Amino acid sequence: MEQTINVRTLDNGLILVAESMPWLESAAMSLHVPCGCVFDPVDRLGLANLTCEMVQRGCGAHSSRQFVERLESLGVDHSASVSAMHTTYMASMMSERLPDALGMYADLVRRPHLPEKQLDDARLVCLHEIRSIDDDFAQMTHQRLRLDHYGHPLGRNAAGVLDHVERATIDDVRAFFAGAYGATGAILAVAGRFDWESLAACVERHFGGWTPHALRRMGDERPCRGRRHLEHDTNQTHIAIACPGVPYNHADYFLARGAVGVLSDGVSSRFFLEIREHRALCYAVSAYCHSFLDRGSVLCYAGTTAERAQETLDVMLAELDGLNRGVRDEELARVKARIKSGLIMQQESSGARASSIAGDWYYWGRVRTLDELKSLIDGLTARDINAFLDRHPFRPVTIVTLGEKELEADLGVS
Amino acid sequence: MEFLRHTLANGLEVLAERNEKAYSTAIGYFVKTGARDESLDVWGVSHFLEHMVFKGTLLRSADDVNRELDAIGSHSNAYTSEEQTVYHAVVLPEYVDRTVDLLSDLMRPALRAEDLETEKQVILEEIAKYDDQPPFGAFEKAMALHFESHSLGRSVLGTRESIIALGVEPMRRFHATQYSPRNMALVATGNVDFEQLVALAERHAGGWPAFEGRRDPTRARRVPSEARTRVVRHPLASQQYVILVSDGPAADDAARHAGRLLATILGDDTGSRMFWDLVDTGRAECAAMGSHEFQGTGLFLSYLCCESDDASSNLDRMRTVFADAHRRGVTLDELDRVKSKICSHIVLSSERAANRLFAVGGAWLTRNEYRTVREVVDAYQRVTLDDIHALLDQFPLTRHTVCAVGPLERIPSLA
Repeated sequence: MEQTINVRTLDNGLILVAESMPWLESAAMSLHVPCGCVFDPVDRLGLANLTCEMVQRGCGAHSSRQFVERLESLGVDHSASVSAMHTTYMASMMSERLPDALGMYADLVRRPHLPEKQLDDARLVCLHEIRSIDDDFAQMTHQRLRLDHYGHPLGRNAAGVLDHVERATIDDVRAFFAGAYGATGAILAVAGRFDWESLAACVERHFGGWTPHALRRMGDERPCRGRRHLEHDTNQTHIAIACPGVPYNHADYFLARGAVGVLSDGVSSRFFLEIREHRALCYAVSAYCHSFLDRGSVLCYAGTTAERAQETLDVMLAELDGLNRGVRDEELARVKARIKSGLIMQQESSGARASSIAGDWYYWGRVRTLDELKSLIDGLTARDINAFLDRHPFRPVTIVTLGEKELEADLGVS
Repeated sequence: MEFLRHTLANGLEVLAERNEKAYSTAIGYFVKTGARDESLDVWGVSHFLEHMVFKGTLLRSADDVNRELDAIGSHSNAYTSEEQTVYHAVVLPEYVDRTVDLLSDLMRPALRAEDLETEKQVILEEIAKYDDQPPFGAFEKAMALHFESHSLGRSVLGTRESIIALGVEPMRRFHATQYSPRNMALVATGNVDFEQLVALAERHAGGWPAFEGRRDPTRARRVPSEARTRVVRHPLASQQYVILVSDGPAADDAARHAGRLLATILGDDTGSRMFWDLVDTGRAECAAMGSHEFQGTGLFLSYLCCESDDASSNLDRMRTVFADAHRRGVTLDELDRVKSKICSHIVLSSERAANRLFAVGGAWLTRNEYRTVREVVDAYQRVTLDDIHALLDQFPLTRHTVCAVGPLERIPSLA
């Protein structure tokens, strides 16, 4: 597979990583600023999210409304989000609009107005985000699982806590911005159709003067693993399970990924066949690898009506246990086929590639080519995966359930 | 890109949009059947049948089907709407032959009675899942209110009662009439060899007997009646959810482009009038509007989600957005901006073979037409302010059906 990947580190520390996809008409950028919710002060949970909302309310020569209207006139599809480690601004567009969009996003992260008169509106937007979880029971279960399993600050929900966001002042927002938005540790990923030299010059022009800053440190962790039940009078019971795994940058990651694929990728995976197809216990069941730089997990989920919830949980735990006893080559072959075709299909989307190369840089400090990834996947064998599972079995240590009645689960010794 | 078309002797249409630059091939069977083709005694059968299709054929067990789908590395799925049932897979070009073989076999499912009883539980779980999540059935209730007794007003999933009552014989009869080759198209987009596709279709689907499909599109014309209002209290919901529905252009109406542009100006999820008035200010979590088209009828659907205390005043604000559109129209500036937004979105999304599959297959099924990405973009670019204002005259947004679900028993502005 042909792939041209260029990287430039600006003097201020910003990393520009770019993959050229000349067969496309589009280009996409993904700007990852290392100011996720793990950096929220303990009495201001939700401040990174509020700051992200405020940053978009006017910057450079534009008011908030002018900024959005200009993006739309340029046909730029845009979004912003806050995760544990990063605040991410993403945009995709026809390739000729890329230089304009880069200039606008430089204004956004370097010269936002942070207008006090907009604070109350921005705050209301963030409060809605927190409250919307009250009506989304699957999401509520996931959020509780992450918090219990990782503790603070990694397991936090970026939306934060109602009364913290209610208390936040414009000075809090400005102080967070001043301390967290800067070039150090920021990654700007671009994929699609562009000329590398012009792109690099354009990025140098717009972001070269972005000030470096000292990266903040995270607070301490307080995980609260074990069993938790949240009582709600819902039709469905939601079940979420976490097992320690390995992070994306770990030498064993693809062994873990292969094993989780056997458990949950596709319609012939063990979870899908046993829980949905054979026993018809639920509509949705899944498992996936979740990763931070220094730790990873396998997170599982199922939603099912109350009277079938205990059986569903029992079968999920039994399947995890069965996975630890080993996978078979014929199961693995299907997982490999699916992962590889997914990788190749990323070549049709500049947005997907931009996110993907930003993630690679964050975890590995380089971009793995698709050929390299393909050969890593091809090289997986059931024997190696089973040896990994012997060394590192997936043992449930945190279980959160939500529904009308509590379920039984023996976690054993964790 | 190149469009190619061939009809088999039994009436099955084979269509392809070939893009040599694509890395993948998207393939789908598009069946012209959905909830609107159901009578009350088989309510939910189209969607249930879509599940049953994966439970095995004369040649393959259910587990075989699942294993094969994964073995070809496919990212595959199926969906049922009011008017279509679609089975699709996105694969690398070397797997096209196995994919057409498998999907074609699936179109002639075994429909075993014992599988139906097992799968019934999965459908009931799906219904329970949606009952528990926002907007807690508000959409289905609004459609029922708007379309009255017409089948377009019935939930695609069916109800708990209709699903429990459904037997295998009525499902077999439904399949026998709706899955006629004359009622279906095999569509491929992306990296596709058309000659190979036709040969594969001939081999795997050429033997299906031909018979008439049976949708009567005239049935879709809704008799306009007075707009209605309903407020339903839901014990689980903490926020208020409100759906407003009014008439809009149908799928075969040229005014549908103006309809989508208008809905984007008034209610897109960013940069629209509703966005600046209700969402950017934090008055509502969500306030948005979209246009939806069916054969013979269409609608504008607006969605509000907010704190229950604010529902009444927010609803008034949304109605002001409608009234203002009628009183003052839209500006050229607004129109130009949403044209850029929509056209850029169409072009960007067309880079994925999978996205083109739904555009090409959907247009064929509803309008029997193929248009290039450029032609679609041009159709939007040609819309004038006069078109938008004529559309507003034809379809009054202020006459709408309203359905609210949430903690409130009554909403003052709806009284």
